[in-house]
Amino acid sequence: MTNTAPVKIRAKDVKVFYGDNEALHGISMDVYQNEVISFIGPSGCGKSTFLRCMNRMNDTIENCRVTGSIALDGRDVYEPSLDVVQLRAQVGMVFQKPNPFPKSIYENIAYGPRLHGLAERKADLDDIVESSLRRAGLWNEVKDRLDQPGTGLSGGQQQRLCIARSIAVSPEVILMDEPCSALDPIATSIIEELIDELKQNFTIVIVTHNMQQAARVSDRTAFFHLGNLIEIGNTNDVFTNPQQKRTEDYITGRYG
Amino acid sequence: MTIIAENPIKSVAAPSQVQQKVIASLRKRHRKEKLFRSLGLGAVLISLALVALLFINIFAKGIPAFWQSAITLDIYFDPKIINIPQKPLQQADESDNDFRQRDLAWQNQVGFVNFNRLIADSLQKVLPDAAQHRRDLGRVVTSGERFALRDMVVADPSVIGQTHTLHLLTDANIDVWLKGNIDRSLPDNQQQLSPKMREWVQSLSEQGIIQNRFSLALFMNADSRSSLASAGLAGAFMGSFYMMLVVIVLAVPMGVAAAIYLEEFAPRNRLTDLVEVNINNLAAVPSIVFGLLGASVLIGWFNLPMSAPIVGGLVLSLMTLPTVIIATRSTLKAIPPSIRQAALGLGASKMQAIFHHVLPLAIPGILTGAILGVAQALGETAPLLLIGMKSFVASVPASPFDQATALPVQIYLWQGNELRNFFEARTSAAIIVLLMMMISLNGIAIWLRKKYEKRW
Repeated sequence: MTNTAPVKIRAKDVKVFYGDNEALHGISMDVYQNEVISFIGPSGCGKSTFLRCMNRMNDTIENCRVTGSIALDGRDVYEPSLDVVQLRAQVGMVFQKPNPFPKSIYENIAYGPRLHGLAERKADLDDIVESSLRRAGLWNEVKDRLDQPGTGLSGGQQQRLCIARSIAVSPEVILMDEPCSALDPIATSIIEELIDELKQNFTIVIVTHNMQQAARVSDRTAFFHLGNLIEIGNTNDVFTNPQQKRTEDYITGRYG
Repeated sequence: MTIIAENPIKSVAAPSQVQQKVIASLRKRHRKEKLFRSLGLGAVLISLALVALLFINIFAKGIPAFWQSAITLDIYFDPKIINIPQKPLQQADESDNDFRQRDLAWQNQVGFVNFNRLIADSLQKVLPDAAQHRRDLGRVVTSGERFALRDMVVADPSVIGQTHTLHLLTDANIDVWLKGNIDRSLPDNQQQLSPKMREWVQSLSEQGIIQNRFSLALFMNADSRSSLASAGLAGAFMGSFYMMLVVIVLAVPMGVAAAIYLEEFAPRNRLTDLVEVNINNLAAVPSIVFGLLGASVLIGWFNLPMSAPIVGGLVLSLMTLPTVIIATRSTLKAIPPSIRQAALGLGASKMQAIFHHVLPLAIPGILTGAILGVAQALGETAPLLLIGMKSFVASVPASPFDQATALPVQIYLWQGNELRNFFEARTSAAIIVLLMMMISLNGIAIWLRKKYEKRW
C-alpha cells in the first residue's frame, strides 16, 4: 500500500556483533514515512536489537558493534559527524516496561523539551505538556494532578505517559519495544488505538510478541528469525499468504 | 499402617509410599528449622545483652563525671593584691599594632598577679583554722581556676575592688573522695587527701559550700595535666571536628566522583579491573598502615606539621575513600537501568542522564555511605597515634594546622592517666560524648535517607 510513500529509514546490510557473536546477519529494509511497521519473531531473533540500532541505543551496550548502514532521511545515523543526541530527538523510543521518571507528571513531559530548548517561556512549555498528553490520550485523566508523581499512575497510564514524553520532543519516528507486554488487555487496546492515531504524524516501528497486535496495528510486518529478516510485506499478505515456510510455521504457532 | 486400622475412612486415600517418605523426612526438617531459628534468636539475644552490658557499664561510670564538685566562694578582687595599672585604651594617634602590643604587655602584667592569694583569702573566711594549714589551703581549689580569675580581670578590669560569688572547681582528689571513688577506711598514708583536708571537705560539703555542679570544664577546656580537675574535651573535640571537615571536603567528593566515573563512564578493561580490585583491597588495609603512610609521606616528605588535624584528616580521608567509593558504586548499580534508558532515549547526553536522573535517585545511598565513612573516620585511633596526635595538647586548636588530639585518642590518653580513680569516670564520659556524636551522625544518615528516598 505505502510503496508510494517516501522512505524514512533505509537499512542496508546491517550486522550487529556482541563481542565476537554475530547477532544480526545483514538486515536490509525500508521503513516508509507515516507507516506503522511491526517486527515479529521468536525471542532472541534480533528484532529488538535491530530496533535499537535505529536510534543507536545499542551504543550503551558494551562490546556492541554495528556494521552496514542505517539512513534516516538519506543520512547515515552511524556517521561520525552525527550527534547521537540530535538523532534521538528525531527518533524517540518507548520501552517494554513503562519507565516514567520518579518525578511529577508535568516534569516527565517537560524534561525532553527543556533539554532541547524547545520552549522559551513557561507558557510554551505548558502548551507542549498539554498537547503531548492530549495526543497520548492521557490529558483528561491527569489534567488535575500534573504535579503528582508519574510513578503513581497505573501501568497503562504510565506507558501512555512515556509515549507522551517521547512525542513532546516532536520526533519523526517513534520506536516501540514491546510497549504492551507489561499491560493488561484493556490498557493494551487503548495503546493500540493510540498508535493508530499517532501514525498521522509519526512513523512508528513497533516490536511485538503478540501477533494479533501486529495484525491489528501495523501496515507492514517484518518477520525475523535467528538474526535474519525472513519476510517483509504488507501485514495482510504476511499473515494470510506468507511466502516463506518459516513465517507460516511461526504464524500458525508451530514454533516460537 | 496404623492409620488405616484406626480410621478406615482414610484407607481410601492411604498415603502412598512416596508420601510416607516425605512425612518421615518432614519431622527431621522441622526439627532442623526449629534448631536453626533458635540458634539465630540466641545469637541476637546474646549480642543484644552484650551491647546492653557495655552501655550500662559505660553510662554508669561516665554519667557521674558530667557533674563535678565545685566550691562556692565570695572572691574579693583585692586591689592590694591585683596591683596593676589601668587597662590601656587606644589613643587617637596610635596604630592598631602599637595598641595591641601595649595591651599584650598589660595582660602579661595581669598574669603575674598572685590570684591564688585571692582564693586563699576567701577560703579563710569559710575555714577558720586555715592559717595553720597553708599547704592544704592551696590545694582545695584546682590550680587551673586562677586563670579563670585572671581572665575575668582581663575581660573587665572594673571587677577589681568588687566581690563576686563564684563556683570554682575543687581539686580532683576532693572530687574523688566526695564521690566515694576511694575507700574512706584506708589508712592515712594511702589516702589522697590529708586528714585535715578530709575534715574540711566533709564540713564544707555538709554546709553546702562544696557541691556537685554540672561540669562545664569538661566541654569548655582542653586537656590539662597540672590541673586535672579542669581537664576537658574541647581540644580533642575541635581536633576531631577539623579532621571530619577535611574528610568531608576531600574524601566525600573525591570518592563520589571516582565512583561515578568508574561505574558510569570508565571502559571495562584490564586497567579498570585492576583499579577496582585495588579499591576493594584498600578497604581492607589495616588502618595503622595509613598512619605509617601519613608519617612518612605527609610529615616526612611534604613537611606538614606533626600532630595537626590536617595530617590526620588527610590520612583518614585516604582510609575513608574506599568506603565511600564502594558505597556509592553499589548505590549507582542499584538504580534501575530503565531510568537511564528513558533519559537517553529522549536525547539526553550520558552526563545529563546521570546528573538529572541517576544521581538524584542515588543521593540517599551516597549520603548514607559518606556519613558512615565519616563516622568510621571519627572513631579511628590507630593511624592518629603514628602521626603524633597522641601528644598532650593543652590548648584548643584554632585551625587544622595547630597541634591537636582527637576524641578517641583523648579517651586512650585519659585511660592511661595515673590518677585512675578520677579519670576512669572521665574516660567513660568522653566515650559517651564520642558515642553521642556517632549516634547523631548515624541519625543524620537515616534522616537524609528517609528525606530523599523516592519510589520508582
